[in-house]
Amino acid sequence: MELLLMFVKILVVVTIFMIHLLYVQYFERKVIGHMQARMGPMRVGWHGILQPVADALKLFFKEDIIPSQSDRPIFFVAPIIGVIAGVSTIAVIPLWKSFSIANLNIGILYILALSSIGSFSIILGGWASNSKYSFLGGLRSSAQVISYEISLGLSLVGVMMMAGSANLSDIVNAQANSWFLFPQLIAFFVFLVSAIAETNRVPFDLPEAETELVAGFATEYSGMRWALFFMAEYAGMFIMSSLAVVCFMGGWNGPELPLVGEYSGLLWFVLKVYGFIFFYFWIRATLPRYRYDQLMSLGWKIFIPLALLNVIVTGFLRVL
Amino acid sequence: MPGSYIPTDYFPVAIVILIATLIGLGTLLLGLVVRPRRPYTQKLSPYESGNPPVGEPRTEFSVKFYIIAMLFVVFDVEAVFLYPWAVAYDKLGMFGFVEMMLFIFILLVGYVYVWKKGAFNWE
Repeated sequence: MELLLMFVKILVVVTIFMIHLLYVQYFERKVIGHMQARMGPMRVGWHGILQPVADALKLFFKEDIIPSQSDRPIFFVAPIIGVIAGVSTIAVIPLWKSFSIANLNIGILYILALSSIGSFSIILGGWASNSKYSFLGGLRSSAQVISYEISLGLSLVGVMMMAGSANLSDIVNAQANSWFLFPQLIAFFVFLVSAIAETNRVPFDLPEAETELVAGFATEYSGMRWALFFMAEYAGMFIMSSLAVVCFMGGWNGPELPLVGEYSGLLWFVLKVYGFIFFYFWIRATLPRYRYDQLMSLGWKIFIPLALLNVIVTGFLRVL
Repeated sequence: MPGSYIPTDYFPVAIVILIATLIGLGTLLLGLVVRPRRPYTQKLSPYESGNPPVGEPRTEFSVKFYIIAMLFVVFDVEAVFLYPWAVAYDKLGMFGFVEMMLFIFILLVGYVYVWKKGAFNWE
């Protein structure tokens, strides 16, 4: 009985998360549209508010094309791995004062582990499609994701040293008075750029560079399977934004707002996360794509030493 | 009781993973009922901008990717070593700091060697 109640509660949280995933693409299209002096989606419903629902329905009714040369079992499994890895990360994010689905001691490690598993979906999808574009996209993506995962992981070491814990709720509680953003400014910068590269977003969207690789690893996927890849990418974006908010910007901490009263913590968290997501879109509308050799040397030659330097400096300052 | 430890903290995680799996499988199975299925040979061939596919897609690729993969293992293990150290840092004090500086120094020697060897250059 207790287990059933827990199941229902978690189902509610995950469902709300899925609705956010559906509507964040509407937000993206509106933001990019207005930045390019367009209106974005306007046709379906008031100011296009029903556009994501229409898109999802359309994808349901699309034919599912499985290329004859593909490795069928891997081809089937790849997008599902992506969705599992993307959506399950919500479990450890502390949404609100002492509310997270599971308050694990190893919160940061759990998120990093699942984001590595998520990269498997891209690699396997690219391999199983047995198409040149998919294969190249998968290769590039795997090299990119593992390179930036190191700097992503190293940039969070400083935060763990400041908080003395890898539990995300503890990290937020340690920031009750002042955010880690300013003492960990280098780490924040490294994290921000690595997070964009880790989720394969512009300007680091080399795996799916449409001008040279058509759609990269997702070239052979259509209909609902493609939608699952898409869902995993946006889930990754949400998780990286939440992690940035939790580790550097004080999570749910913030002054109490009028009208909402005790729920202001939750509202602050959601506002900060959406601020970050807006930043993602802003970058997408502003910057051109990186070249692949520049991308790799940026990760290995600049961000890894920078993150290590941050660890050393933080350690030195704390031991004094 | 030794040997009968059940990690109850992780039950919610298991449930979330279960729900995520159901979302992934459910949307695909639900679509199976409503979507059309009209395959023919050309439609099922790999996409190559409309031309008939030429050659094998899985051929040799740059050795750089292997080097990056090997370096990743070294540096990622190093990052994982840093995690427990960082969590317990305030308790370790000066000793912990000096120990980890030695560790990072040894790692940096290898890093500089790899850099000088040109493993980070993509030509």
